[in-house]
Amino acid sequence: MCDQTFMAATFGPCDSCSKPSPLMNIYIKNEATNYCSLCVEMMACQGLQKGETLESLKRESETLKKKLEEERNKLNDVELHQVAEKVEVLSALSIKTRRVLKGHGNKVLCMDWCKDKRRMVSSSQDGKVIVWDAFTLNKEHGVPLPCTWVLACAYAPSGCAIACGGLDNKCSVIPLSLDKNENLAAKKKSVAMHTNYVSGCSFTNSDMQLLTSSGDGTCALWDVESGQLLQSFHGHTADVLSLDLAPSETGNTFVSGGCDMKANVWDMRSGQNIQSFESHESDINCVKYYPSGDAFASASDDATCRFYDLRADREVAVYQKDSIIFGASTCDFSLSGRLLFAGYNDYTINVWDVLKGTRATILFGHENRVSRVRVSPDGTALGSASWDSTLRVWA
Amino acid sequence: MTINTLAKGGCHREQMACFRKMEKVIVAMQDPDMGMKMRNQRLLITVIPHAMTGHDIITWLTHKYRISEEEALHLGNMLVKYGYIYPLKEPRCLVLRPDESPYRFQTPYFWTSTRWPASELDYAIYLAKKNIRKQGELMEYEKERYSLLHKRINHTWDFVVMQAREQLRASKQRRKADRIVLECQEQAYWLINRPPPGVNNVLDTGLERPNNFSCRVTLNSDYYKREIEACRKALGRNRVKSSICLEGFLKYSEQYLNHDPIMQGCLPSNPWISDDTAHWTMNAEIVPVPTRLRVERWSFSFMELLNDAMGRKEFMTYLEKEFSAENLYFWQACEDIRHGENSKIVEKVEDVYKNFLAPGAARWVNIDSKTMDKTLEGIKRPHRFVMDDAQMHIYFLMKKDSYPRYLKSDLYKNMLAKAIVPQETKKSVFPFMRRQRHSSPSPAQTATQAAEEEGLAKGAGANSAAGSHF
Repeated sequence: MCDQTFMAATFGPCDSCSKPSPLMNIYIKNEATNYCSLCVEMMACQGLQKGETLESLKRESETLKKKLEEERNKLNDVELHQVAEKVEVLSALSIKTRRVLKGHGNKVLCMDWCKDKRRMVSSSQDGKVIVWDAFTLNKEHGVPLPCTWVLACAYAPSGCAIACGGLDNKCSVIPLSLDKNENLAAKKKSVAMHTNYVSGCSFTNSDMQLLTSSGDGTCALWDVESGQLLQSFHGHTADVLSLDLAPSETGNTFVSGGCDMKANVWDMRSGQNIQSFESHESDINCVKYYPSGDAFASASDDATCRFYDLRADREVAVYQKDSIIFGASTCDFSLSGRLLFAGYNDYTINVWDVLKGTRATILFGHENRVSRVRVSPDGTALGSASWDSTLRVWA
Repeated sequence: MTINTLAKGGCHREQMACFRKMEKVIVAMQDPDMGMKMRNQRLLITVIPHAMTGHDIITWLTHKYRISEEEALHLGNMLVKYGYIYPLKEPRCLVLRPDESPYRFQTPYFWTSTRWPASELDYAIYLAKKNIRKQGELMEYEKERYSLLHKRINHTWDFVVMQAREQLRASKQRRKADRIVLECQEQAYWLINRPPPGVNNVLDTGLERPNNFSCRVTLNSDYYKREIEACRKALGRNRVKSSICLEGFLKYSEQYLNHDPIMQGCLPSNPWISDDTAHWTMNAEIVPVPTRLRVERWSFSFMELLNDAMGRKEFMTYLEKEFSAENLYFWQACEDIRHGENSKIVEKVEDVYKNFLAPGAARWVNIDSKTMDKTLEGIKRPHRFVMDDAQMHIYFLMKKDSYPRYLKSDLYKNMLAKAIVPQETKKSVFPFMRRQRHSSPSPAQTATQAAEEEGLAKGAGANSAAGSHF
């Protein structure tokens, strides 16, 4: 009945039929359970009304999606680059590497700026998390974690703690102490628990709440102090690779992107998926809000970055070029939102004119994939992390 | 415990997509009309046909994609790194040189995408061939791998050696030029699929990602019904005309253009470029006199004003004058509830009720009766979002009423007039002397100090209170 091969890491009694067999870890109504493959198939067909089949439901869903696209197009009376014709062409940008941060022993997977505009935290494949004063190149803290592939790290808004997580399926918060003798790793506190790797994490407006995205297809909001799950967000059908909080007045939404090629906007209070965009042709590696909060950009393995308008409810620009063959793994806006910096798997950073849709310039320097780019909080510089084990600051 | 479910053919989707694209470029390069001009290249005493120079490759890419030479060199380098083009001179060094160095296209038989992943067996046969052909031709690392393979697949070793001998015999019957070409092609293939130690493995894709629509979230009737429901809701949502939305982006970018250091520079200078931290010192959280750009930014939106500590303080001062400061205090207290620890919610909600909502409260806020009733009802079972409606009401009150009046007030206008416009730092007379880069106190340090000072103050207070008992 089941024609898919899968690797099962657990073997035990099925939650449904109690027979011991290789188990699949799935979600039913937002609850994680373990079923054997036969029960998975049976469960898939449950809840069908008379005359319905999975096929008919799938067809209905697809028809509605087409109708939705038509509706979205009705209000599409002009394209972004047309409106942008009256905007002045960008003057030549002269962006150079100003700092190279060396110290990681392996691929650097993630970085984040501190609110003080000069410090940053970075995490790498060898399990090390380092806090740097990027201005002086000083390493201020180094925390070795027991797991490899620390995919996500974030600086707390107060600057007094960092969060990191990855292949250990957890996201931990580490308070930054200045006592050189203190073992930071010992003060590490596990906050988030997922059933697969943690791909992204971010503090909300304070040090007390943490938002995480995971390879288990969900995002979750946690209370840092108690480690309690405050809200979970289900809707993606594959790994969620990235998330970003909206810079809005009411501060209640965030966007996530994943391997199902979808970008979803969520309401943090209710856990509902309020908007969904599906136009990429491959995994979405990164999502980032436009500074005003009315739009967001996404970077994908299909070698394009796309710009989505939340009020018009559609994709309004695609940033691509024939000569760009490799996937984009990360993106971020400059302070005014006019420039979009995107890091690619061909070791370059392309800088796009968001409004006109053209490529403003290309930054060379890294010697392996660029895994993360982030503009500093006051917009004075761009920080980038790469698989060549270095970080660079560009200005 | 985690389970990986790999759907059929799910491996390396991203990598395969890149290969297809690179192959398109390669095919275009070999187009008889629009492709590259090839010529014969001399290698020692043999003539290799269908070769091209590095310079030609870069020129062709520059013209075809309308890119700079630097970018063409980078793209060409990728083609070499992934094995689609290999060098004839110095074949172990997979780098594109922008000069007369000869290069050749790799045959599709040896494209990485054709035979992927490269098998251990094939590698063993390749190394065996090298070993048999000329003693001592194997490099150190190849010798090590050869013996490792010998141990690992010992059971098929006879087959390996037999294959190697057969292939060598067949190659002896080829023309010398063809033989050299085949050896070069095979070597290039293995340099990429089994890179020498110290060389980046370009085929490294990082963590495995299971294919979409994996069974982790099963596509059952429930899932489709939810999708249908979401689509129906989305169909009913209000959308704004594109022309209006897009104008919004233009306006925003224009408004913030002068504030974007990467685009317009910043005064007195960008610290990352000049090593001078004056810009940060002048824009620190609390300064005696703020910069003009900063004060201007407070007029862009209410959120900008509130997000800036100094702006918020100024606004508070203004509200005190207008006797409506309780609004801002209330808003801040609600923010504290929303973003604070779970454990303190009940206590904080009670405080807010006492200070702002209870009849006769010291800082009573003026909320409409409907919202007030709803909030008071919600307080009976306090949760994180219980104050949301009230908070929103007060926020918009301040935004629509107090904020615009603040911007027209003398308080703001004076601040704007007083604000400094820093002088642009003239470039140093001795540009080769790098300024000393000063370190700054870590936020963690200032927080600890502040906490300590607060603790001392509390202690002193307590002591004096205790002292006054007697």
